Amino acid sequence: MSKVLVVAEHDGEALNPSTARAVACALDLGPEAVDVAVFAEAENKPAQAAARLSGVTRVLLVEHPANRNPVAAILAPQISALAKDYTHLLAPATTFGKDLLPRVAALLGVPQVSDVMRVVDRNVFERPIYAGNALETIETPPGIVVATVRTASFKPVPETGSAPIEKISIDFDCPSHTRFLRLERSSGGERPDLQSARVVVSGGRGLGSKEHFGSIYALADRLGAAVGASRAAVDAGFVPNDLQVGQTGKIIAPELYLAFGIAGAIQHLAGIKDAGTIVAVNKDPDAPVFEVADIGLVGDLFEVIPELLDALPKRTS
Amino acid sequence: MNRESLEFDVVVVGAGPAGLSAACRVMQLAGETGKALRVCIVEKGAEVGAHIISGAVFEPTALNELFPDWRERGAPVTVAVEHDELHYLIGERRSFKVPDFLIPKPMRNEGNYVISLGRLCRWLAQQAEALGAEIFTGFAAADVLYDDAGAVAGVVTGDMGVAKDGSKKSNYQPGVELRAPYTIFAEGCRGHLGRRLMDRFELRREADPQHYGIGIKEIWRIDPSRHWPGRVVHTLGWPLDNQTEGGGFVYHDEDGLVSLGLIVALNYRNPFLNPFDEMQRWKQHPVVRQFLEGATRIGYGARAVNKGGWQSVPKLSFPGGVMAGCEAGFLNPVKIKGNHTAMKTGMLAAEAVFEALAAGGIPGLDESYRKSWVSKELFHGRNFGPALAKFGTFVGSAFIWMDQNIFGGRLPLTLHNRVPDDASLDRASDSHSIDYPKPDGVLSFDKLSSVYLSNTNHEEDQPCHLVLTDPAVPISRNWPLYDEPAQRYCPAAVYEIVEAPGQQARFQINAQNCVHCKVCDIKDPARNITWVPPEGGGGPNYVNM
Amino acid sequence: MKVLVSVKRVVDYNVRIQVKPDGSGVMLEGVKMSINPFDEIALEEAIRFKEAGKATQIVAVSLGPQAVQEQLRSALALGADRAIHIPLDTAPQPINAARILAQLARRENPDLILMGKQSIDDDCNQTPQMLAALLGWPQATFASRIELADKAATVAREVDAGLEFLSVDLPAVISADLRLNIPRYPKLPDIMKARRLPIETVTPEDLGVEFVPEAKLLKVAPPPKRQAGRKVSSVAELVAALRERGLLS
Repeated sequence: MSKVLVVAEHDGEALNPSTARAVACALDLGPEAVDVAVFAEAENKPAQAAARLSGVTRVLLVEHPANRNPVAAILAPQISALAKDYTHLLAPATTFGKDLLPRVAALLGVPQVSDVMRVVDRNVFERPIYAGNALETIETPPGIVVATVRTASFKPVPETGSAPIEKISIDFDCPSHTRFLRLERSSGGERPDLQSARVVVSGGRGLGSKEHFGSIYALADRLGAAVGASRAAVDAGFVPNDLQVGQTGKIIAPELYLAFGIAGAIQHLAGIKDAGTIVAVNKDPDAPVFEVADIGLVGDLFEVIPELLDALPKRTS
Repeated sequence: MNRESLEFDVVVVGAGPAGLSAACRVMQLAGETGKALRVCIVEKGAEVGAHIISGAVFEPTALNELFPDWRERGAPVTVAVEHDELHYLIGERRSFKVPDFLIPKPMRNEGNYVISLGRLCRWLAQQAEALGAEIFTGFAAADVLYDDAGAVAGVVTGDMGVAKDGSKKSNYQPGVELRAPYTIFAEGCRGHLGRRLMDRFELRREADPQHYGIGIKEIWRIDPSRHWPGRVVHTLGWPLDNQTEGGGFVYHDEDGLVSLGLIVALNYRNPFLNPFDEMQRWKQHPVVRQFLEGATRIGYGARAVNKGGWQSVPKLSFPGGVMAGCEAGFLNPVKIKGNHTAMKTGMLAAEAVFEALAAGGIPGLDESYRKSWVSKELFHGRNFGPALAKFGTFVGSAFIWMDQNIFGGRLPLTLHNRVPDDASLDRASDSHSIDYPKPDGVLSFDKLSSVYLSNTNHEEDQPCHLVLTDPAVPISRNWPLYDEPAQRYCPAAVYEIVEAPGQQARFQINAQNCVHCKVCDIKDPARNITWVPPEGGGGPNYVNM
Repeated sequence: MKVLVSVKRVVDYNVRIQVKPDGSGVMLEGVKMSINPFDEIALEEAIRFKEAGKATQIVAVSLGPQAVQEQLRSALALGADRAIHIPLDTAPQPINAARILAQLARRENPDLILMGKQSIDDDCNQTPQMLAALLGWPQATFASRIELADKAATVAREVDAGLEFLSVDLPAVISADLRLNIPRYPKLPDIMKARRLPIETVTPEDLGVEFVPEAKLLKVAPPPKRQAGRKVSSVAELVAALRERGLLS
């Protein structure tokens, strides 16, 4: 039977929602227990939030002054000390998990599986390769399974549980060769970064002019979204080219992508193929974008966008 | 500006069948005579084969001469033509198979092979490098160098890292001079340096204008039960009308792959004709469609081809250089083959240049060409193109049959077609638009999805490589007169007329999509578009085309 | 300061890959191969260190069959001083690539190891981290800026929340992210020279590498095609549909 250890991601204040998704992946293994390890200076809100995740058996709170910030070289030896009791070790495939887990796998002498999309069996997993243009199914060799979990592929487990929190101390040689200096956050007040935004509002040639593109910015502001554009809009001079989404622009995977006046050339669709939900608004019912849009509205964007702005609540900043 | 300069004995422009054969031949001659020669080939594609596209059914005559042991050397020429058929398509559904005796003899394919020219070029490149030639890929020959006497002295590669506005980016790299006593220009059909050379040295003075076609090709992986390696199918007729020359091909290669496509002569008259859409609807005909049920399209590309034949061959030699292959135009239109003649003229160019390296003077390629089997076979088929142009497909075909099968190409007359392709368009007001069916996404597709499969890419921030002599002409002249046919003849959707309410119509150039086919350089009725090479390494990345 | 840069031969980023019909892998025959773009960026950074007088020798290494020598020659043309080919029938998975590179590092004693954060074929993003672990060295992944001092480096890392700054002692392993730099074009004369430079061959046996079992590839498939969803006929319906999916906070 499987016993899974999930490494929680947090910033000291809040548990990162990616952890709940990693737990969901853990549960797909049909395990007898799912423990969540929280590395911190002392008990904190994230540990408590982890304890509330449905399906979690225990939270292991590993306290150490050096655990104040997530430094891979400091966390890895601690995790590998814990790992001997588990059949599976998971972390979300965020920059945190991707930085950390391979180091652990190497210490344990086993391969690591990156970006698990689907659990096929206890040691068989499906993952994307070639930027998601192909999917490979792989089988890990005997030994502990170490894997990062592609968060977009798993729904977060709800916070309906109440697992016990156990304090653990681990004896380990804490390295001093890596020092966390600081984190400069992408400012919360500004528009989010296009590459990592949860919601993106995007405009195409249908906007007609740089001035009209303002309505895309307005809608993005209302939704707290990033702004994107098709190649045609960039070539026409409506927006600078760092907003370009597509094969030769940015390849993004937001939870929600709203495309206004975008025909949907394959080069553009290549940039959004991993988006969660694609919404398309275009006055041409034959626009190829409708072949991939989860929700399509045939209509004039110059009417639709003002109506949307009316219907959506104003954000409190 | 002071550029770095590298010295060679021979510089070859273009790593296609002509250029590669030329390089191999020079190195063979150098080896035979114990000379150490420095030969380089400069190629704008990111690798050999990246910009190579051809049907192709290959006649191994030149290969037999260049490498008699090509089989032992593992040349990728393995699928012999087993089955050869010609169909005349009548409308969307009907057709008749042309009986063998009615097919012009040169069009028959016993002893020939279905190949991928891209694969063959990669193999030729290996032979050339093994012989000691240097191949530089990802570098475009941007201009010709001349010495003080006005003779060709080599080429200069294009600057890299230049921004759209012409300024130098952080990774700016100036081009390098490749100097040699002799340069072999083998850029393929409608090479941009070839155009300049033909003007400067008046090489076309005694030749008919060159005539061209656009070839649009796809590679499909088909159901094994419908696949017959070595099966060769050609079609005439629908969807092209009697006034429009061209035809289709379906060649079964190995590994379940099929190459298919349509060639449309660029002297077509209707400005509303869209060669890409003609090709897409041609696939719907049962003769083609029969192979494509349950199949997947995996490749796409397009290229202009020469079809002027014997009468259009220009003078080939000039001080300091020669032209070889489709640069000059040796495609045999009756056989619809140009790869063997490209290779042979490459070899002849090599021999002429090798002699000139010792003796000095202008290489004697024109003389050696006239004595060669290339000239003989082109002469044999010289009336093919002009007959079709003058008499239309039906009567023209009958004439050709007589000319080829009864008279063996020896009719005591030579027809000429002196109307250049860019002068052939009727006015839009005198033409009818064509209602092409919408792509179904299964058998037929749109241009952008097709360009996607050609792996085409260009560095974004660079000057536009499609140069308009007068930027106003597309809207002020081509649009009212011809409905700006660039929107249609370009197989990569580079050219668009963008109309927005309350705004001036604008001619949009999506240079990113360009597959380097050169059709715009040929067909623009205003002769306003000049294709120059974009930054080296850009363009398609064809896989085994 | 000696810098070791690992470069991997991968399918060129411009090529749309096709999955083999039998699902055994991706079609590679006739397909253009290049240096992994992130490795190119790592190499560029090393070359800039050398030009700034901070590095004295750049050693490029690649693992795989004979063909990878093409990428090593590119690295030499761009500015690497030495090139090492470690021959293997196929490129190993990260766990063994790291073990091989660790043994090489023990022999070469570089002060810094640079490579791309991930290769664009397997997208694993593991080798640099594993290598650091095996050597007991610091790691700084997804670097978008590196400031080298004598015995330490300050690295700005691109993380989900923004930019994280780490200070690491040297020797260290640093992996390059996209925005670290814009690589230079190779110069034609340098390409010519690079063809005549020697490439050292070092086998895994020479290095005494102990391989561990790797994951087994069961099959490769194309991704499921996105299908069209539903059409709505009004903004109100659209908003309702978005609310239903929990997409409007």
